[in-house]
Amino acid sequence: MGDATTFDLRRYVRGQAQSNAVWLALMALIAFGLLRYDNFGGAYNIVSFLNYNSMFIVISIGMCFVIMTGGIDLSVGSVAAFTSVVAAYLSPWGIEVALPGGILAGIAFGAVNAFVIILMRVPPFIATLATMLAAKGGALVLSGAQTISVDWGSNFTKLGMEKAFGVVPWTIVLVAIVALAAWFVLERTSLGRTVLAIGGGEDASVLMGLEVDRTKAFVYMLSGACAGIAGVFLASGFGAGQPLEGVGWELSAIASVVVGGTLLTGGLGSVPATVAGALLLGLVFNILNFENGRGTISLSAYWQLVVRGGFLFIVILLQNRVSSARAAEDR
Amino acid sequence: MSTRLESASPATASPATARALRQLRRHGGLVALLVLVLVNIAITPNFLQLQTLFVNISQVATIAIVAIGMTLVIATGGIDLSVGAVMALAGALAPLIFLSPFGVAYPALGLVAAFTLPLLAAMACGLFNGFMVSVLRVQPIIATLILFISGRGIAQVLTNGNLQTFSNPSFSYLGTGRILGLPFQGWLALALAGLVYWLVTRTLFGRYLLAIGGNERAARLSGVPVRRVKFGAYVICAGLAGIAGLIVVAINSASDAGRNGNLMELDAIAAAVVGGALLQGGRAPIFGAVLGAVIIQLVKYTLLANGVEDEVALIAKAFIIVVAVYLQAGRRE
Repeated sequence: MGDATTFDLRRYVRGQAQSNAVWLALMALIAFGLLRYDNFGGAYNIVSFLNYNSMFIVISIGMCFVIMTGGIDLSVGSVAAFTSVVAAYLSPWGIEVALPGGILAGIAFGAVNAFVIILMRVPPFIATLATMLAAKGGALVLSGAQTISVDWGSNFTKLGMEKAFGVVPWTIVLVAIVALAAWFVLERTSLGRTVLAIGGGEDASVLMGLEVDRTKAFVYMLSGACAGIAGVFLASGFGAGQPLEGVGWELSAIASVVVGGTLLTGGLGSVPATVAGALLLGLVFNILNFENGRGTISLSAYWQLVVRGGFLFIVILLQNRVSSARAAEDR
Repeated sequence: MSTRLESASPATASPATARALRQLRRHGGLVALLVLVLVNIAITPNFLQLQTLFVNISQVATIAIVAIGMTLVIATGGIDLSVGAVMALAGALAPLIFLSPFGVAYPALGLVAAFTLPLLAAMACGLFNGFMVSVLRVQPIIATLILFISGRGIAQVLTNGNLQTFSNPSFSYLGTGRILGLPFQGWLALALAGLVYWLVTRTLFGRYLLAIGGNERAARLSGVPVRRVKFGAYVICAGLAGIAGLIVVAINSASDAGRNGNLMELDAIAAAVVGGALLQGGRAPIFGAVLGAVIIQLVKYTLLANGVEDEVALIAKAFIIVVAVYLQAGRRE
């Protein structure tokens, strides 16, 4: 420990670099892309990139809340697949019915998670693992193991294709609303503070008289709702309810949250950084596609998995000092 | 992750019912197995045929082998999500080796290499996981998530995503051989379970393993080499996953890096938990994991053989996992 009163520039910069690693990496990747590829900054690429990643961003936001309480939700991918089927069935009535319907279906699974975790005291990892299997099975039963085509006559598919006010697709507007609402709840309401308090120390939060159980129920239902929205995006964007989709989404979401600097032990986290984390992981794919397009390298789709895992590794290494310092304090 | 040791609370129910409940919990797995077998005898056509036994043994062996390793990792309070990816990697390597020019020129050497190199690669994955968890102190879910994502990617890059088919009777023995009329991999699973059981109950490593899971801090303060033991657990788990990956490839006489070991981490975790492993660590019921694997396989088989769709089987599996853990939680309190 150095002299606390003197300002140590090197330590300050290093600390900032660690806690803002995700923003630095995101900016670096964007700069790299802008300099290297002609169409990278084009409207088409930006819009289609955001459109495709909107599902993952929404799921990551829900996951972020769960992880901040020290929990985990492995069911989001299957739940999204389930709600995509629900939304496809509801699509003839239009997006006004299908979107709330999908969200409600997601919330229902979140409620099951909350029940099993809070009242049956099953660890979140196991409880949501079970819901993951159940939602997958439910999606297959509901759809008869087939993709359910949506009604193209209604306004359902316009969600991903038509632009709000002629500028950006509705999906992106919705994601922005969800992100802003989530950010507001986390930073400006007592509910958000309770979420962080639970992650910091659940027993202490109970003793403080905080509404621990109710807050935990909220985060799992929020995560379910986010998965529900993602399922509606999936059905709307691809024109079909897809019971077999969503495999591995939970891990992408966890990766986004972790890349965004949220500690898996809970008690710390940020919505904007989580969104940045999701964008960062998506951008890795985007850049690989561009690089393939230039023909300088030819990386198969399989390489993307390797690169993505490697990326996660690097970010964890960057974060490691922060969290191990925290762990040392705890000890 | 620090687990506090809570003092055992006095039994609240009357002694007799408490004892009955405890007995049920302790032997819940066996009871479930018995019920499953009886139900099957009653309703499943041709259940008491040897063919049924063979099918189930060859299916259960891979789950059991991976679940044994998973139990060790869970005993330290960790988790290993990468086992399925490691299976794919090991399974992809083996045919690459014995189909290579070297393997074709020297079949015997090629065969030995096709068994050893994939296992070494798998254990290298375990080393990586162990390094992340014990040296860098990354949470196990995240640490093993890295290889979960990229391990299968590496396997697919190696094989270019292609299905590799082969005909190599000596290698396929691993998946199709018989000893005393029973599938070879069933014996292998039992032998491995026996070995790991010995490791857990009779060696210093085993004592340390349980000590770390019980209370890591106390274990460290009393001089347990926490890092080395955790390394050991992850390396053994990955090595066992590698063996399972080879078995799957040998059964099919084909290696599909995209499917080999897919969702195996879930089956293995479920088997370990049904078998009595506590997610907080401190318990390593090895034969319990084998029992858990048998139960999970038998449930799958029961539903399939009675014409219930795969999808519903998933829901049943979910239900089993929750009930098993719920009973476990009851035992702890």
